[in-house]
Amino acid sequence: MPEIIDRARAQVLADGAGLDEAGVLEVLRLPDDDLPELLQLAHDVRMRWCGPEVEVEGIVSLKTGGCPEDCHFCSQSGLFTSPVRAVWLDIPALVEAARQTAATGATEFCIVAAVRGPDQRLMDQMREGVKAIREAVDIQVAASLGMLTQAQVDELVEMGVHRYNHNLETCRSFFPNVVSTHSWEERFSTLEMVRASGMEVCCGGILGLGETIEQRAEFAGQLAQLDPHEVPLNFLNPRPGTPLGDRAVVDGKDALRAIAAFRLALPKTILRYAGGREITLGDLGTRDGLLGGINAVIVGNYLTTLGRPATADLDLLAELKMPVKALSATL
Amino acid sequence: MTAPAVTFCDRCGDSLTQGDHASCTAARRLEPPRYCPQCRRRMKVQVVPTGWTATCVEHGDTHS
Repeated sequence: MPEIIDRARAQVLADGAGLDEAGVLEVLRLPDDDLPELLQLAHDVRMRWCGPEVEVEGIVSLKTGGCPEDCHFCSQSGLFTSPVRAVWLDIPALVEAARQTAATGATEFCIVAAVRGPDQRLMDQMREGVKAIREAVDIQVAASLGMLTQAQVDELVEMGVHRYNHNLETCRSFFPNVVSTHSWEERFSTLEMVRASGMEVCCGGILGLGETIEQRAEFAGQLAQLDPHEVPLNFLNPRPGTPLGDRAVVDGKDALRAIAAFRLALPKTILRYAGGREITLGDLGTRDGLLGGINAVIVGNYLTTLGRPATADLDLLAELKMPVKALSATL
Repeated sequence: MTAPAVTFCDRCGDSLTQGDHASCTAARRLEPPRYCPQCRRRMKVQVVPTGWTATCVEHGDTHS
């Protein structure tokens, strides 16, 4: 048995102390033959420190496309020749999306906008939308609106937004290869304000942007230092017209190794399946990830692409005897 | 009433009579349409957790 698995069992499973960057790198370098044992350990860690429940979330784009930033993976940047056009969702449609999300058993509904940061129009739309959802639907509202000012953080808290997503996307050393219109540090400063406000911090990223294995480990280490409430793990889904549109998708076994490695770095964090899992892992891999460290899912569609039907994920959770986290458990 | 003529690939916007659109067809299982199949205009597409709506300014709405 590889020494790193023994060490992780003693340190992470028994004591709840995550692996550091060097330990994560050792895990990411494990051969395929060790993958079943690694996934079992990551699953044991998740069950020991998070429990069997799975947190289910739906996401929706309030403002799609036309973003001034140049995140190279994103089809919503106005700087690329992507076919995605700018469009706003109206409040009745937003509430209906929240209602349909809640009907799946989801406890989280995240409102997302493709912006550098919110302007007054978007903040006004958020205020109206969050109020309408809270009046009509029994679900927790989260938001992802880019970089915030302190006043905007305070305003979101006052609206009742309980969790804020702002992904670092990749490790600090690789970030300039992915985004040139703002810095990793600018993103980090928003996360610090969010944490200080009392909102839950949701911060993850995308694997397969061209980062090395070492940089993947660096990213896990940096997320562990941030210690977010939730880490959404995306796998690159190459979008036509973007600078990363021709990149190959992450190999399925590498994706599973990364899921397990991130769980061993973040034993007590909500680790969520996000975009790209369908093309990277398929149905069988989705199951393997849920048995390898994942304890949360985005159900249904994503912002500009489609996901598995919510029923497919919910049926799988039932088959795996993983109960969906109830709303009462999140309040 | 006859069905509207489908002339263009709703994923890449190119003519369906030119090139191979097998990869577009495969990708469309996990993507909404982006181009109007009748006039190849880029459509306004709204994706929500349980579906999508695509709107062509000339040919109207399509739903999932």
